Amino acid sequence: MSSVTSIQLIDATYIVAVVLFILAIKWLSSPTTARHGVLAGEIAAALALAATLCDPQVKEYKWIIIALVVGAGIGIPLGMVKMTAVPQRTALSHAFGALSASMIGIAEYYVGVPHVSRFEMAEIGLEVIIGSLTFTGSLIAAGKLQELLPQRPIVYKGQNFVSLSVLGAALLLAIALVVNPEQPYLFPIMVVVALVFGVLLVTPIGGADMPTVISLLNSYAGFSAALLGFVLNSKVLVVAGALDGSSGFILSVIMCKAMNRSFTNVMFGAFGQVQTSGAVEQEARTVRSASPEEAAGILAAASKVVVVPGYGMAVAQAQHKVRELFDSLTKKGIDVTFGIHPVAGRMPGHMNVLLAEADIPYDRLKEMEEVNSELPQTDVALIIGANDVTNPAARSDPSSPIYGMPILDVDKARTVMVIKRSMNPGFAGIDNPLYYLDKTLMLFGDAKGFVGEIVRELAGGSSH
Amino acid sequence: MPSDFLSNLYVFILAGFVGFELIKRVSPLLHTPLMSLTNALDAIVVVAAIIIAGRHETKLSVILGLIAVAASFSNMVGGFFITDRMLRMFKSGKSKKS
Repeated sequence: MSSVTSIQLIDATYIVAVVLFILAIKWLSSPTTARHGVLAGEIAAALALAATLCDPQVKEYKWIIIALVVGAGIGIPLGMVKMTAVPQRTALSHAFGALSASMIGIAEYYVGVPHVSRFEMAEIGLEVIIGSLTFTGSLIAAGKLQELLPQRPIVYKGQNFVSLSVLGAALLLAIALVVNPEQPYLFPIMVVVALVFGVLLVTPIGGADMPTVISLLNSYAGFSAALLGFVLNSKVLVVAGALDGSSGFILSVIMCKAMNRSFTNVMFGAFGQVQTSGAVEQEARTVRSASPEEAAGILAAASKVVVVPGYGMAVAQAQHKVRELFDSLTKKGIDVTFGIHPVAGRMPGHMNVLLAEADIPYDRLKEMEEVNSELPQTDVALIIGANDVTNPAARSDPSSPIYGMPILDVDKARTVMVIKRSMNPGFAGIDNPLYYLDKTLMLFGDAKGFVGEIVRELAGGSSH
Repeated sequence: MPSDFLSNLYVFILAGFVGFELIKRVSPLLHTPLMSLTNALDAIVVVAAIIIAGRHETKLSVILGLIAVAASFSNMVGGFFITDRMLRMFKSGKSKKS
């Protein structure tokens, strides 16, 4: 009887945990309450963990404690990475989540094997396939983001056919197992085939598509946990997995819309392979360039400035210099805001985190729609390390590979300044007509160095 | 089994709707912390891993369970840690002046 009540107590703790999970996400809706959300999540996790350790089914503690210590030993350093490395950490955490869900699914199958019903087999098969492909897919994504693997899409002829055949093979093996679950030798083959599919799925996808891929893998990791909840009949897993899965799904939809592309196009389109198209008329068009001194003069005379940062800013480690520029312009009474494109950075919201880290107040970070309504009244649009998200060809040139993608309409500002290393085209290899406009000034140089020189000029000018 | 399945399906659908409505309201400003937080919440899988490892049924199930314990607990610890680190960086213009 005592064990019955302790199981009820554990279930009650799980219910409290579920409520706290939902509150955690609710509080994340605003930066002022967001940290309560983390606390709620931590309490929920601690409660559930403590309750589970008291579960009478747990007979051995030593190895579990060791595994928990190992997990903390991996998790803490991964929680301390630099903000530029958050996307690869996130990809790795999707891999760990999927690994964990797959391991449990596999263990469930082998523990139950002579008595696994067809229905349970279908649940386990689907869960393990999704978990396994998410595991290897996320590892590849992390490797690309960490630049251990080439960022350019890796493609070959007939790739989609090969990839889809491998997925088909995994599903056929699962169906064979459902028809007759007592074929334990088929199970590991299914797992391996699903692991291979994960590699094939992410390898062809280029670095510019990483925000979508990370979100999609997030959603897979969540849904594999929810499916595991079905397998184990655990409501707390179903809820956590459903929340995580729907979050990843919504973010993937937002990312796809921000690039005007469909899921199929991201997964099978191998973006970034299109360098040659659109580059028909390559007559020597002239650009105007300016020195840091001239740029500082134009900025100092402005009353409204919009800065458009891209991932190039983070690569150049320029965000702290950009903050100094923000401070010095704000001190002169100039209104400075930041226009953030949804796909700026390597994962959803990444650019906001990078700017917040540099101490730029979050109320200065504006979403694309808001900035676009302000750009026609803006004196200077300053673009730092961004390219495709400012390309007016997306609005006007139906032959452009990015035609239809929502962009920041920086060409509507009175003056456009672009800090860029050289005239090399950006990540997607698409030429940007913005650079040849009469109102555009190219500021050639390293982002960090150039912004630093502008700041120095501004400081010098005010001390005269 | 199918009766368990149906009750789980109810929970899944309702939680999916709640998640959808809540997550739609999260500002794009916080999409990165959103992903790391939901990741940490998802690491609740650790409770299932502990049961599998702790039940001591077969050697294989214990080993797989322990791998799952370590993997999901690393997500739990790291996910909450980095989410809080990120959120501490978000300051409004007003709080910065004071």
